Amino acid sequence: MTGSIDIATIWAFIIAFAVFVYVVMDGFDLGLGILFPLFPEKSDRDVIMNSVAPVWDGNETWLVLGGGGMMAAFPLAYAVLMPALYTPMIAMLIGLIFRGVAFEFRWRATPGKRNRWDIAFAGGSLLATLAQGIALGAILQGVHVEGRHYGGGWWDWLTPFSILTGVALAVGYCLLGATWLVLKTEGALRERAYHLSWYLLFAMLGAIGAVSVATPFLNVQYTERWFAWPNVILTAPVPIAVAAVTALLLRALANKWDTQPFFLTLALFALSYAGLGISMYPYIVPQSITIWQAASPENSQVFMLFGVAVLIPLILGYTAWAYWVFRGKVRAGSGYH
Amino acid sequence: MFEGWDAVALARSQFAFTMSFHIVFPAFSIGLASYLAVLEALWLWTGREVFINLFNYWLKIFAVGFGMGVVSGIVMSYQFGTNWAVFSDKAGPVVGPLMAYEVLTAFFLESGFLGVMLFGLQRVGHRLHFFATLMVAIGTLISAFWILSANSWMQTPTGYAVNASGQFVAADWLKVIFNPSFPYRLVHMVLAAYLTTALVVGAVGAFHLLRDAHLAGARVMFSMAMWMAALVAPIQILAGDQHGLNTLEHQPVKIMAMEGHFQSHKEGAPLFLFGLPDQSDAKVKYAIEVPKLGSLILKHSLDAPMKGLDTVPRENWPPVAILFWSFRIMAGLGFLMMGLGLFSLWTRWRGTLYQSRWLHFFALAMGPAGFVAVLAGWFTTEVGRQPFTVYGLLRTAESASPLGAPAVGSSLLAFVIVYFIVYAAGLIYLFRLMAAPPHPGEQGPGSEAPARAAGITPAAGVAAGGAAR
Repeated sequence: MTGSIDIATIWAFIIAFAVFVYVVMDGFDLGLGILFPLFPEKSDRDVIMNSVAPVWDGNETWLVLGGGGMMAAFPLAYAVLMPALYTPMIAMLIGLIFRGVAFEFRWRATPGKRNRWDIAFAGGSLLATLAQGIALGAILQGVHVEGRHYGGGWWDWLTPFSILTGVALAVGYCLLGATWLVLKTEGALRERAYHLSWYLLFAMLGAIGAVSVATPFLNVQYTERWFAWPNVILTAPVPIAVAAVTALLLRALANKWDTQPFFLTLALFALSYAGLGISMYPYIVPQSITIWQAASPENSQVFMLFGVAVLIPLILGYTAWAYWVFRGKVRAGSGYH
Repeated sequence: MFEGWDAVALARSQFAFTMSFHIVFPAFSIGLASYLAVLEALWLWTGREVFINLFNYWLKIFAVGFGMGVVSGIVMSYQFGTNWAVFSDKAGPVVGPLMAYEVLTAFFLESGFLGVMLFGLQRVGHRLHFFATLMVAIGTLISAFWILSANSWMQTPTGYAVNASGQFVAADWLKVIFNPSFPYRLVHMVLAAYLTTALVVGAVGAFHLLRDAHLAGARVMFSMAMWMAALVAPIQILAGDQHGLNTLEHQPVKIMAMEGHFQSHKEGAPLFLFGLPDQSDAKVKYAIEVPKLGSLILKHSLDAPMKGLDTVPRENWPPVAILFWSFRIMAGLGFLMMGLGLFSLWTRWRGTLYQSRWLHFFALAMGPAGFVAVLAGWFTTEVGRQPFTVYGLLRTAESASPLGAPAVGSSLLAFVIVYFIVYAAGLIYLFRLMAAPPHPGEQGPGSEAPARAAGITPAAGVAAGGAAR
């Protein structure tokens, strides 16, 4: 067992990393979709779409890596969680279908019918986001496991807590989306996004607070993890850092800076995500299955580790290049040309 | 809703439905990405404007098809967990890493360079843009490599052991990846993708030649597509024959079902041309057969004995009628494709390639033939794997998630509704793009979208088109 402890932990970090990169990259473009109804002008919508059109597909590939990687590295967890999260997962997939095809379809529809794909983009983005947030809450509150199977019903995920996490994630993605627009656009559109960012920041702080307060009530082990001595020495920096980033974010918004709001919002996400990790570790299915119990045989994990070690840096490299190619403000009419 | 239904049957229907809608897009993308790379290379090499016009024309179609392939593909990658949890737990350690490598080596490559390919021609320069196009094309091929390896391992599992938890684990990764049916399946599928694309390109070319036989873009695409059909269709028939012989060696029961061989034939098996296989009576009704031809094709000897399904326990039989018919549809279309290729060679030799209306009507009718053949072929090989998910080792009935019929049925219904909305719209848009002829100054998706956003004036369009040249 000692031999596999290390590699299972490494893989837990790799999967966590893939999911986080997904949240970082697809979060803002889902957020843009949710904010779409607030920008009724067609020219604004075109700019919003064009600001992510070249990269959305790569962003969603991280979701495939999170799912596929989990099946490969932690098949037991994948086999238990997917049926447990059945309805949110199906809803997420359907949401992603509608928003994904909208990127191309809205240019192909006749002008009178374009609005349908705008609705599909907004609705699909909202549905996918709520489903992801609900899935997160459902995992945190724990699922019923029997042997190597999920043992609960297909509506067990639906609780006030999972609804809370669903809404919280939607608020967070909206803030990412709004600050992305501050970064990528100019003029009246940027001004709208800038004002929205204020409201959304306070909403997100409220959401982080609500989830942080509610989580310890789910399970006494979460409470001990966060508040018991000496853990608190290690966990206390997380809320302190949240406060510090919030202060920086308020300053950046007050000064109407371009780039800082978006990246500081990402920092808020990173801290919230670290908090989740602190709550869950070393469980992959909270209170039921640890990462070592769920781990693939060592040779499967080692086989993939070679690929990850070489390919992830390469992928990050050419992804960064693609973002660099499409850097700068997106202008109405001129697009990328 | 769905109380009392069979949850496993619903899960299988869901997989068949979502997979069938998905597979046509990768099949098209693999071929079209390579075609686009060829067009761009020809443009860079010769500088002829017609090639960049065709590139931009097909790039818009590629973008729509690729998007539909991506979103339907995400569904597939999660469906293993949602509907086939026991399979995921048991086979995940072997199949999972192959799919993870597909994501790492192929999906990221395609999606990472897709944005530059679609929108970046003016941003990065011609050579770097061509590099992006190449990366997308290579990505689609690498993707085929891994997913067909995983699929083939489920058909002909080798290089594995079973651990204490009842999971398959890899004993030898090379034997897992290069399992016996993989090379045949890979060649057969990649050729199928190329043929499928060639037939679509040929049909679009034919459609526009029927209206105007002098249209330069239509002539070039039609000629290129007909060369592909003429060269690749015969190779594909040979590859299919070799794949069949490989299947006979490793999955003989599948061949018995494809051939409708319920009975063993000690002195040469017939080839059933047509008939209605009856699973419960274990015979082919109303059969039209050629004596001993089955043995000649499969064993290369008229009198070679062939075992039938009567040597196999009934609980291990796949559904014979589906295999029997899907195989015949695939093979029949393959010969029609070869016929189209030969017809085109004849008209080319006579100098009437761009004038022969019969050829153009034939090519137009064959436009969807590649998709139908791909689907029929996949039905043959996947239904032929039944009643197992991992052939001979893990039964389909024992692979499903512990979910009731209401859950699986509802999600199936949801996917059916969503796919019919989305795919109907997508097909309309694809047909609309294909119905417009390629014209001089054709623009790619990148220049068109923002230009429209500004409320394009003709002058701006000409300027953008000029820049694209």
